[in-house]
Amino acid sequence: MPETRPDGTVALPAAAQQRVAGDALLLRGGLWITASVLAIGLVLPLATLFVRAFEDRDGGFAGLENFGRYVTTPTLLAAAGNSLWIAAATTAIVVPVAFFYAYALTRSCMPMQALFRTVMLIPVLAPSLLPALALVYLFGNQGMLKGLLLGHSVYGPIGIVMAQCFYCFPHAAIIMAVALATTDARFYEAAEALRAGRGRIFATVTLPGARYGLVSAAVVVFTLVVTDFGIPKVIGGQFPVLATDVYKQVVGLQDFNMGAVVGLVLLLPAIGAYLLDRWAQGKRAATLSGRAVPYAPRPRRQRDLPLLVFCLGVASVLAGLLGVAAWGSVIRFWPYNLSLTLDNYDFARFDAAGWDSLLVSVRMAGLAAILGTVLIFCTAWLLERGTRPGRLGSILRFAATLPLAVPGLVLGLAFILFFNHPANPLGVLYGTLAILVLNSVVHFYTVAHLTAVTAIRQLDPEFEAASASLKVPAWLTCWRVTVPMCLPAILDIAVYLFVNTMTTVSAVIFLYGPDTKPASVAVVHMDEAGQASAAAAMAVAILGVTLSAKLLQLGTARLVERATQRWRRR
Amino acid sequence: MASGAAPYLVVEEVSKAFGTVMALDGVSLTVAAGEFVSFLGPSGCGKTTLLRAIAGLDPANSGRILQAGRDITALAPAARDFGIVFQSYALFPNLTVAENIAYGLRGPAWPKPRRASRVAELVELVGLTEHVRKFPAQLSGGQQQRVALARALANEPGLLLLDEPLSALDAIVRLHLRQEIRTLQQRLGVTTIMVTHDQEEALGVSDRVVVMNHGRIAQIGRPEDIYRRPANPFVAGFVGRSATFIAWVEAAEGLLQAGQDGWRIAADAARGMPRGTRVEVFIRPEDVRLTRPGEGGAGSFPVTVRHWEFLGPVCRLTLAAGPQRQLEADLPPDAAHALGAMPGAALAAEVPPERVLVFAADA
Repeated sequence: MPETRPDGTVALPAAAQQRVAGDALLLRGGLWITASVLAIGLVLPLATLFVRAFEDRDGGFAGLENFGRYVTTPTLLAAAGNSLWIAAATTAIVVPVAFFYAYALTRSCMPMQALFRTVMLIPVLAPSLLPALALVYLFGNQGMLKGLLLGHSVYGPIGIVMAQCFYCFPHAAIIMAVALATTDARFYEAAEALRAGRGRIFATVTLPGARYGLVSAAVVVFTLVVTDFGIPKVIGGQFPVLATDVYKQVVGLQDFNMGAVVGLVLLLPAIGAYLLDRWAQGKRAATLSGRAVPYAPRPRRQRDLPLLVFCLGVASVLAGLLGVAAWGSVIRFWPYNLSLTLDNYDFARFDAAGWDSLLVSVRMAGLAAILGTVLIFCTAWLLERGTRPGRLGSILRFAATLPLAVPGLVLGLAFILFFNHPANPLGVLYGTLAILVLNSVVHFYTVAHLTAVTAIRQLDPEFEAASASLKVPAWLTCWRVTVPMCLPAILDIAVYLFVNTMTTVSAVIFLYGPDTKPASVAVVHMDEAGQASAAAAMAVAILGVTLSAKLLQLGTARLVERATQRWRRR
Repeated sequence: MASGAAPYLVVEEVSKAFGTVMALDGVSLTVAAGEFVSFLGPSGCGKTTLLRAIAGLDPANSGRILQAGRDITALAPAARDFGIVFQSYALFPNLTVAENIAYGLRGPAWPKPRRASRVAELVELVGLTEHVRKFPAQLSGGQQQRVALARALANEPGLLLLDEPLSALDAIVRLHLRQEIRTLQQRLGVTTIMVTHDQEEALGVSDRVVVMNHGRIAQIGRPEDIYRRPANPFVAGFVGRSATFIAWVEAAEGLLQAGQDGWRIAADAARGMPRGTRVEVFIRPEDVRLTRPGEGGAGSFPVTVRHWEFLGPVCRLTLAAGPQRQLEADLPPDAAHALGAMPGAALAAEVPPERVLVFAADA
């Protein structure tokens, strides 16, 4: 308690005043740390990339010369066109399939919904190379189902689209499931009360309610396809697309300036998609009121049975492709000697790094998960609750959503250009684990950030005010209340960062050093060297790690809940 | 309640803008030690903003706030001396009742045994002794409210701030808890400010009420003064129920004329106003006396019953006094039956001149 002075006024102990000022300083300091991470890992590299697109090989100003060379080189333009139509084709296939799959999960009484939900998520855990390798097994030159392609080669657009469908399906299905799950049952009751038929209800209530979800899903799929590198690398054959062009310009031709130009071109659809998606998100949020009554479907055989058959089909394709890759990885010599062996897992025979690259990946993903989660969650909390962030806060809020618009390949290229610049003292980081971790955290920042923000916003906005009135510093309340309450979301963020860092190829392919080659890059190298079985084996090994991480999360979920979520029980 | 001693809390010309909106516009008031003051007003009137400025949660843009002689205007909330109960209670859901109450009892001043005994004292004070190990979600709304109150009082703050503390509760619990809060406040003698939009609540428990509108103070006074002697049309219309119409001051002392039909009513408040002044008139339903036609006094006028509403202890009658004028009258159901006050009935009405509220209308 403050003491009373002789003149009747009351003085707060000086120590308490200092403590208050110290807290504010600590909180602001936290934001500056994030600001510098995002500056070094996002803003400065992208700025360098931008500048390099306007320079010649010797660093002189070249104006629009590089761009001129780009539009007058037919192969480069063709690649851009290819990327667009491949992405459009994949979107046209994946979005309707994802819609009906999600519809079956959320709007029907189809049995085994939990199982279908799990199967739907499996492709997220696998590197995008895995379906491509499985398709090579099935439809490649020695493929057992090659005849089904009627003489067309799988190496090219057909293979790319098939593999992309597998890779993009869960992303679209998750978005659609969320969009379809958050509906208001009262619309359906009103439509029924007005005697609308089933078809009319579907056309006038269900589809309009999901339209922004459809836009989001289409945008996400389109961007994933345009920016993905692994699939066209493995199964694209001689078919050029934007992503492989960047790689070819930089790694093959060592033409960094043209690489930067292609990178900027690659950035265009991604930024357009990002803006479109934000627009759709805003519209979608506006259509939902806080008092919506959740929709509970009633069983109806004529709807449930066809949906079950449909989902079984989709799920078996997803599981089948994984199964083929796993099976192929233990086959002695495809397709001539189908006896089983573990020889393909003796990676040292195919690649100098051997099993070490998997260890590098695990260390990289583990560090990205731990450091990234701490950084991202603390930043989200500081922005939402910690202090009055002011202008720095608005800048950070915007910067945190930016990585979603930057394809991994562009970010990776921007990293080399920035860190390899002779004048950059941070150049020593090049090729180290540190740069891989930094790159991964920045690359996957946005989704993790949004997860954290959503979790924090669900808490009572007066927690910090209440703790201030009780003279408890805000960071202590964060530790005692916010973190325990958000623990499920925090684990989600950590696993998300871990899984994505394990499976990503595009960003890290430019950044690894002799001792830090990640497993996903090893897959690409072994495939390039014609060792498809070893590549599949490594991809399966990655899947094994990510699957274990996910299972560990599910396994500990109950433990975590018992420890920190006891208060939820009434 | 206010005595000659220096006031405990002084708010001087405090202003606060959110963008271009003036949430507080030069607000000044004082609160005596041990006083219970309510901030009352419609939503958006600035009452919560003023409370948060006093707490330091949303500091004022200009002006000065003094608490116990100390200038606290620029201090962070943690450096001030107050406890607060939020509308949502902001109880920490993952901590038990005891942990919530003990949350602010930390540091060397609060060794474990002292902490435990203080918590025991507080749970007893609010009557939650058997619930100390429960989590907030396992308690009823009223019990959660008491936990929030105990937590706010734990550190023996000099000032207790209540931000719509009862609005999340149902009617019966509200009534009970507001009496409990008042009793507790009087027992502890803690200076208390409560924000509310419920006038019955404000009038019922406060020593003084601060009525606010558009970021300014409309009136400060004891509950009875606010109700019986509103300072302006806003307070007259906001606090309590009333029928209102426009009238003009007549030549004769204290007589008002309304409408083209020459309808007149006597009002003490109109004495001394120049002839022809345009005024707003407010008449409260409980001030209208009804009699059978022809049985009323000199100032009575004929009315027709338009509508009647049964409210339990009273009936509320809607009366037509002339073609465009409506009054309301409250009277016990038995008396209404005795008068035959059914829709369509013709009666005589009378309003005591000292009860008619009159304000000069602008222009």
